[in-house]
Amino acid sequence: MPSANLQNPLDTIISVQGLTKRFGDSLAVDGISFTVTEGSVTGLLGGNGAGKTTTIAMLLGMLIPTAGTIRVMGADMVAHRYRALPRMNFASPYIDLPHRLSVTENLSVYAGLYMVDRPKQRIAELAEALDFTALLKRDYGSLSAGQKTRVALAKALINRPRLLLLDEPTASLDPDSADRIRRYLQDYARDSGAHGRGATLLIASHNMVEVERLCDELLIMRRGKIVDRGTPAGMIERYGRQTLEEVFLDIARAEPVASAEARP
Amino acid sequence: MNSLRRIWAMVMRYWYLLRRSVPRIIDMVSWPIVDVIMWGFLSQFLAGNSSYIAKAGGVLLAGMFLWDVMSRSQLGVSVGLLEEVWARHLGHIFVSPLRAWEWLAALMLMSIFRTVAGLAPAVLVAWAMYDFSLFDLGLPLAGFIACLLVMGWWLGILVVATILRFGQGAENLAWAAPFVLSPLGAVYYPVATLPLWLKPIALAMPAAHVFEGMRGVMVDHVFKPDELVDAALLNLAYLALAALIFLWAFRSARMQGKMLQMGE
Repeated sequence: MPSANLQNPLDTIISVQGLTKRFGDSLAVDGISFTVTEGSVTGLLGGNGAGKTTTIAMLLGMLIPTAGTIRVMGADMVAHRYRALPRMNFASPYIDLPHRLSVTENLSVYAGLYMVDRPKQRIAELAEALDFTALLKRDYGSLSAGQKTRVALAKALINRPRLLLLDEPTASLDPDSADRIRRYLQDYARDSGAHGRGATLLIASHNMVEVERLCDELLIMRRGKIVDRGTPAGMIERYGRQTLEEVFLDIARAEPVASAEARP
Repeated sequence: MNSLRRIWAMVMRYWYLLRRSVPRIIDMVSWPIVDVIMWGFLSQFLAGNSSYIAKAGGVLLAGMFLWDVMSRSQLGVSVGLLEEVWARHLGHIFVSPLRAWEWLAALMLMSIFRTVAGLAPAVLVAWAMYDFSLFDLGLPLAGFIACLLVMGWWLGILVVATILRFGQGAENLAWAAPFVLSPLGAVYYPVATLPLWLKPIALAMPAAHVFEGMRGVMVDHVFKPDELVDAALLNLAYLALAALIFLWAFRSARMQGKMLQMGE
């Protein structure tokens, strides 16, 4: 099980300590702490309302925590998020791109916002890699859900981010498209990023096949807490199960347990 | 330089939207034309029945045009936010490196374009139908327009701050704000017409000074630079106040997660 204390701080790209978010009486995230190592692919798992999206929003600096600290690439994401934002990106099926802009126009806007060199070339590369070259002139709003997912992923990759946060990256995709996207993400994680270490991916997903295939590390959330963590294979072995889905169900249906941070 | 590139990217985002949307172009151009036709006929009627209008032909049309500058400028800023809310797009732009002030700067630039593009056809209609030229106001016209553009900006920023703080339910303010303020703007009548207790409130508005200045040029044929200076100083104070309120509302929206929640 990874621990902040055992890692070289220089390897840590995300460091979260005592992160808490309260909305009125509701405690969405309850004092979680974790670190993510540069070049790793980490899965953030949990049922609906577990606190995954809230955690990602705080990692992006879009949501200010009630308590705790978040450092991404060394930058405090509450006070200095603009130091990290140019080197990270994000995709989520719950946030849209403007429907009345064409795919090219949408990606051009983001190429400008992220100050991408040779934006036309970058857009063409992504369109080819994610198989939407034929859609470039279409209005984003006229695309199918699966096509939108691929374009949104291209938006998230436009700046070749060192840290990529993905919420349900293959939602709405057919199995063939989902497989291509996963393969692309695997290649991206291996070949991109800084210092020859590959890019870091943090993926919130309900798709256990995807998580098992892509992720080196898992953080399991339940009711705002991290209740377990480990490698996919290690967790399957530890729970004595055949698949990650069975492990997930065991955790989701278990009685409340102490958070994983509190365990020895 | 990076800021300019991001501001330009957002200007292009709104330009792409505008140029592809016939309803938006019609909305931008048609209302000033409808206004000018109505106020033109009213001016013609009153010219034969009112010594004041007879003395200063076009004073109502000039008032209408200049108040439209303020209204269009305000709408240019506040509708910019609403376009992002309607598109469920806020979450993407505010996890990009775009600073809040850069976004406001892009909205202000677009508001200048929308104001000029919206009013230019109406200026031509007024010249063709009523032989009225706004440019007869001479050089002071540039000062009047600049002051009203800036008033539109700070009013728009206040509307944006209100929507960020209280949510989409406050969106009607974008259209209502100019109507609410117009009685105090002394657009069509001198400040002296107002009851004693309302005069200080009206004189606290930059618009009242602009329109007093406009009537000075058109009715008394005297340019009163002190009115323009008062309007400019008031604008500076309100712009600074609106910026502070916006920053507070923006932070509040980040506290409450409004960037993720707002949208249709």
